[in-house]
Amino acid sequence: MSDLAPLRKSATELAALALECRRDILVMLEKAQSGHPGGSLSAIDLITTLFFHEMRMNPQDALWADRDRFVLSKGHGVPALYAVLAKRGAIESSVLGTLRKINSQLQGHPDRVLLPFVEASTGSLGQGLSIAQGIALALKLQKKNSRVFCLMGDGETQEGQVWETAMSAPKFKLNNLVAIVDCNNGQIDGHVKDVMDLEPVVEKWKAFRWAVQEIDGHSFPAIISALEKARAEIERPTLIIARTTKGKGVSFMENQIGWHGVAPNPDELQKALGDLGRSGK
Amino acid sequence: MGAKATRDSFGEVVRELGAENSSVVVLDADLSVSTKSALFAKAFPERFFQMGIAEANMIGTAAGLSFSGFVPFCCSFGCFLTGKYETIRVSVGYSRANVKLVGTHAGLGTGEDGYTQMGLEDLNLMRGLPGMVVLNPCDDKTTRAAVRFAVQHTGPVYLRLTRQKLPDLHSSESDFKMGKGIVLKTGKDIALIGTGSTVSEALKAAEGLASHQPWVVDMHTIKPIDGALLKTLSDSCRLIVTIEDHNVVGGLGTAVAESLAENGFSGKLLRLGVQDTYGESGLPHELYDKYGFSSQKIVSRVKEILK
Repeated sequence: MSDLAPLRKSATELAALALECRRDILVMLEKAQSGHPGGSLSAIDLITTLFFHEMRMNPQDALWADRDRFVLSKGHGVPALYAVLAKRGAIESSVLGTLRKINSQLQGHPDRVLLPFVEASTGSLGQGLSIAQGIALALKLQKKNSRVFCLMGDGETQEGQVWETAMSAPKFKLNNLVAIVDCNNGQIDGHVKDVMDLEPVVEKWKAFRWAVQEIDGHSFPAIISALEKARAEIERPTLIIARTTKGKGVSFMENQIGWHGVAPNPDELQKALGDLGRSGK
Repeated sequence: MGAKATRDSFGEVVRELGAENSSVVVLDADLSVSTKSALFAKAFPERFFQMGIAEANMIGTAAGLSFSGFVPFCCSFGCFLTGKYETIRVSVGYSRANVKLVGTHAGLGTGEDGYTQMGLEDLNLMRGLPGMVVLNPCDDKTTRAAVRFAVQHTGPVYLRLTRQKLPDLHSSESDFKMGKGIVLKTGKDIALIGTGSTVSEALKAAEGLASHQPWVVDMHTIKPIDGALLKTLSDSCRLIVTIEDHNVVGGLGTAVAESLAENGFSGKLLRLGVQDTYGESGLPHELYDKYGFSSQKIVSRVKEILK
């Protein structure tokens, strides 16, 4: 089973993988002509690190019983997950071109029925952390040492259901649950602080008795180290506040709210790929 | 003839199932004493999750438990549970989660606590979700059978239960087959179709309408509705009456109307129940009378139409 152990890729290797995934995300979105680049690019370094450094998975068997689980609660960031799954060999790269097209497994928001590597069908914000908690409870009942990772958006945590789970996961002593908030400061209607300010977010989660860490969500050494610390928790669930940049890596998308849910056109794709160090074709 | 609240039957049988099947887990949102899931909690504390007054989180957590092979029963009052519709829609319905939603305190029968505690739209909401089986049993035996069915069935189920006691109408659990209405009286000209607490009202009303030879049906499964039985009734009857302790919009009456219309029923349909309004405090029998579906009111409404 050693080949199914976490890959533990180095920070340098992760950076190279994430760069390739960024390109795949943009190509996918340009082809789909709809979708969410901003939040996919802010999350990709986190998701890449989970799948290439931290999580146990079997790319040949989505339902392998001893796998670690990843719940993408911010379902609109799913191009990032598809790109990583393809890179990891779990899905064919050729299928990426079907994103958002009719009859595709790659729905606009993740669908666990159509694509078994998706652990939870999400996109209606605020629900994924509850589901992740249920999976974590199940793993404890089954006395398995698999762990559950859940990625939320910062705007998403405006949903009340998130705070219901914030309250309950410490009660159940779910040290096998790691939640990450992709704090890219943006949501559809504007900056998070203007739409509905979440700060002081670290203090909030601490008050709910989570083991809280605050990191640069684009620093691979920082992400690796935070996940390592989470492994050492003996009782508390971990909450990682990952400070990120919406649209990270593409000069004209960075911190631009307008790129939350708009796909690049062919010219914009070429420009974006140029930013990411390679031409498109 | 014995009488028992269907929530009590549920509490007992889910505890039995807990002993028989280690995959069964139960979640409640601070109403375990009322939903009777407390019986399971006492017997199997390691498989009971007290979620506090936070139903959406309970439903999502149940979905997660089901994804790892457990069979979760998620318990609350029907109104509070189905009020978290968006969570049920995505985390349970669209996700094809094997979650069993148990909504007690069905309808006006909830009584003195009044409207905010009454599940009066729950059948409508749950019927709207593809793949959801919607059950509303009328007595102890069929409730026991419905809970056992829910565990065997792979997929989401909504089980609607009463606070008030209901008389025993069935002698055997095997009377219950999901999706198959139970004919309690074979008749001729008219049919009285009840569900849950109104089946006994229909039976009593049938005595006052004996000259019209009424069919009496226990329609315990609201979804999928028993189209074959409804076809039989529509071939035989000139008047079909549905009786439900629920808003007539979207519940039994609507399900029956859809089926009858699609099958070309040429007679009249009368939908008794809460007539697209809210409920209020009172004793169950007072409320059933005021809202027009006590056995006496069923008799007078039917006689009015047939005269």
